[in-house]
Amino acid sequence: MKEVELNEIIASKEDGKYIINIGPQHPSTHGVLRFVVSLKGETLEYLIPHCGYIHRGIEKMCENLTYPQIIHLTDRMDYLSAHMNNEAVSLCVENALGIEVPERVKVIRTILSELQRIASHQLWWAAFGMDIGGLTCFFYGLRDREKVLDIFEESFGSRLLHSFICPGGLMQDIHPDFQKRVKEFIAYFRKKLPEYDQLLTGNVIFEQRTKGLGILTKAEAIDYGVTGPSGRASGFSCDIRKKHPYSAYDRVEFREILANEGDTYSRYKVRIEEMWESMNIIEQLIDQIPEGSFTAPMKAIIKVPEGEYTQRVETARGELAVYLVSTGDKNPYRMRFRTPNFSNLFVMNHLSAGAKIADLIAISGSLDLVIPDIDR
Amino acid sequence: MEKDQLTEFFRNRFPDAVIEQGNQYLTIKTDAAAMHPIAAVLKSDKELQFDYLFNLTGIDWSDRFSVVYHLESTVFGHEVVLKADILNREKPSVATVSDLWRTAEFHEREVYDLLGIEFVDHPDLRRLFLEDGAGFPLRKDFKDEINLIER
Amino acid sequence: MSFIYDFSSATQAIDQWLKANLSPTGAFVAELALVGLTILLAYAVIGLYLVYAERKVCAFMQNRVGPNRVGKWGLLQTMADLIKLLMKELIPIRKSDKLLFNVAPYLVIIASFLGIAAIPFAKGLHAIDFNIGVFYIMAVSSIGVIGILLAGWSSNSKYSLIGAMRSGAQVVSYELSVGLALLSVVIFSGSMQLSTIVESQANGWWILKGHLPAMISFVIFLIASTAEINRGPFDLAEAESELTAGFHTEYSGIRFAFFFLAEYMNMFIVAAMAATVFLGGWMPFHLGNLEAFNRVMDFIPPVVWFFGKTIFIIYLIMWFKWTFPRLRIDQLLTLEWKYLLPLNLLNTVVIAFLVLMGWYFK
Repeated sequence: MKEVELNEIIASKEDGKYIINIGPQHPSTHGVLRFVVSLKGETLEYLIPHCGYIHRGIEKMCENLTYPQIIHLTDRMDYLSAHMNNEAVSLCVENALGIEVPERVKVIRTILSELQRIASHQLWWAAFGMDIGGLTCFFYGLRDREKVLDIFEESFGSRLLHSFICPGGLMQDIHPDFQKRVKEFIAYFRKKLPEYDQLLTGNVIFEQRTKGLGILTKAEAIDYGVTGPSGRASGFSCDIRKKHPYSAYDRVEFREILANEGDTYSRYKVRIEEMWESMNIIEQLIDQIPEGSFTAPMKAIIKVPEGEYTQRVETARGELAVYLVSTGDKNPYRMRFRTPNFSNLFVMNHLSAGAKIADLIAISGSLDLVIPDIDR
Repeated sequence: MEKDQLTEFFRNRFPDAVIEQGNQYLTIKTDAAAMHPIAAVLKSDKELQFDYLFNLTGIDWSDRFSVVYHLESTVFGHEVVLKADILNREKPSVATVSDLWRTAEFHEREVYDLLGIEFVDHPDLRRLFLEDGAGFPLRKDFKDEINLIER
Repeated sequence: MSFIYDFSSATQAIDQWLKANLSPTGAFVAELALVGLTILLAYAVIGLYLVYAERKVCAFMQNRVGPNRVGKWGLLQTMADLIKLLMKELIPIRKSDKLLFNVAPYLVIIASFLGIAAIPFAKGLHAIDFNIGVFYIMAVSSIGVIGILLAGWSSNSKYSLIGAMRSGAQVVSYELSVGLALLSVVIFSGSMQLSTIVESQANGWWILKGHLPAMISFVIFLIASTAEINRGPFDLAEAESELTAGFHTEYSGIRFAFFFLAEYMNMFIVAAMAATVFLGGWMPFHLGNLEAFNRVMDFIPPVVWFFGKTIFIIYLIMWFKWTFPRLRIDQLLTLEWKYLLPLNLLNTVVIAFLVLMGWYFK
């Protein structure tokens, strides 16, 4: 829907139709995103997403920065999957240089990514519960996320933007207590995760609000490029960890969670199941961390040989593809991030047509949008 | 199909395009004008079925632009990179692929926003991030004396 | 200490003393002022401590501590909040309907203020004992929705308007169920006077005496009244995740506090009505002919009984709010018009039949 047509509708003042702005300051857009929504009564006719409120030009900035510096920018894209973003760039640079990182690094990276995925899904669950109207969910989710962040804080000194994974390995070695703390957390969270189901999953109101809402078919998911749990809920087998294993994913056994309905409820279920699966992955690896160096020997100034390199990783929200074009300099010539939320956002109009305002909030909540990842 | 088979297939099917074995993906290099027919074949051919466009990048090479399409088939699992070169720097334009992959609609808006490449027949070609911005910041000759620090 | 069991002797003593010392008009005015002041004070204290209770209960449900800094256990927190709200700037809204915008919060708070007047807190502790008390409370509680509609309309904001319209649809629908649920007890007790209804429960509460139909009525009343006072899971008029704050989005300072306080007082009125009508009000819990047990129960003052029951119901309502997700507007109306209302009508007929045949505990 073009801006011109929108203005025509406003000018014509058709009966019962009106336009409202949801965002940029709205409690349920989880950031500075703006939906221009055309409504008839409470029913949604169409929706135009407006983004760019926190466009920082990360791709442009990358062209002037060295590779270790770029790591710190990637944290700030999808701030809830900082480890995965770091890993994507690191793997891309390592592949370009042809460096084989130590086994220890691979295993630790995988564990960290999965911990990050759990933390991200916990926050999603908390916020989704709040979007639906269950305020208590928010505190339950954050209570458990706190435990993961504590582990992060102990090892890397930061809780949200770690910049811990860098080209060649890790910034520093993990904390001696890391394994113990992670095991404690897994034991704790295995007991606490069923609480999530008790509070929300089986609730009649919740099921009525989410089942059959915002249905995305598999073909549409592929067409729109909807990846991650949202895509898998439609049956689109898009898990990069399975398709193109990186780090230590080739040596662990895990299921790719798939659902066929493609509605809001199945997007919810897929994420809950993924938390169980992530715990399984961590448990397989936590006792297998090999001894050794935490980084491969790297030159002080990393110069990537001329060429084009692509690295795809699975973040908590979907597929992150890093496309690096180098001219052999210490800076990339062009750095492109294909971020999962960017593609996931633009399916909103398709999903929410004919829904109510409350449904719009539920659908955008179930897509788990992180706005800085869209704008970059 | 395996890479060798794909290469063979492309050589027969697209005699004008340059087929290269990249370090990761098979690459089809073509001219902007010839890009859309190739993309249509990639999408619809029964043996190829590249139905998932996972990345769309615009690059400014100072003397030309190129648009890079990363494609994957969710049916067969093979991948290919399609590159379209745009030599006209004054008024760069290329046909849209949003009729083939819906996700391209928004990626193309972003490329238009940041690089100023016009996508012909795009349903809704507006600026995406910089709604009130001037200039195209990802171009190498972009100058912004106030906000951009050059090193 | 006998007056805490029967306030009528105390109130009569005050009445006689006033009449002896003042002219008849003077006594009348003095009594009005006294009752008004008492209710105002009770209103403020109950309202503020309900807000405090809500925050503590909510904290308890959410693994938090809740307010704990101002005063012992944070008891003065809501006082401090009130002072803050009083001193806040009242932000004027350009292009709003100034008169209606200013009148709306007063309408809402007056509605709840009128409601509290008819509630029997204990024997003789009763501002007005109408012979149509149930009807009166139903009537005044519907005034509040006019205030909400005005607030939404005059704010000149689309979010407010959506919230107000939702609230209007919701309150008008659920008023029916509330009325019918109350009607069931009116049929049982044969009176609309609240004091008579309480007296009729001396040998057992209506929820127990009226078999299953009374219990169904009680549950329906609880659901419908939660919806009528716009509380979660039926808080669609506010729905902060959808409409930011619904009908009071544009209000600030003390005007916002009025809406806020009125919401909690409405909750109190609803809980007090449920306690009075279904759970015997200030009447102690009596069991048939167990004399000793009944005497022990009588020893607990009626005020304690009344507030105990009310607080229990308030806790239930808070429990709903902090566990359930919110309904959608069409689901809300479906619930009322397709399930609650037919069930309620059927239930009323069944109760009328029971009373006609005398098949209930008398």
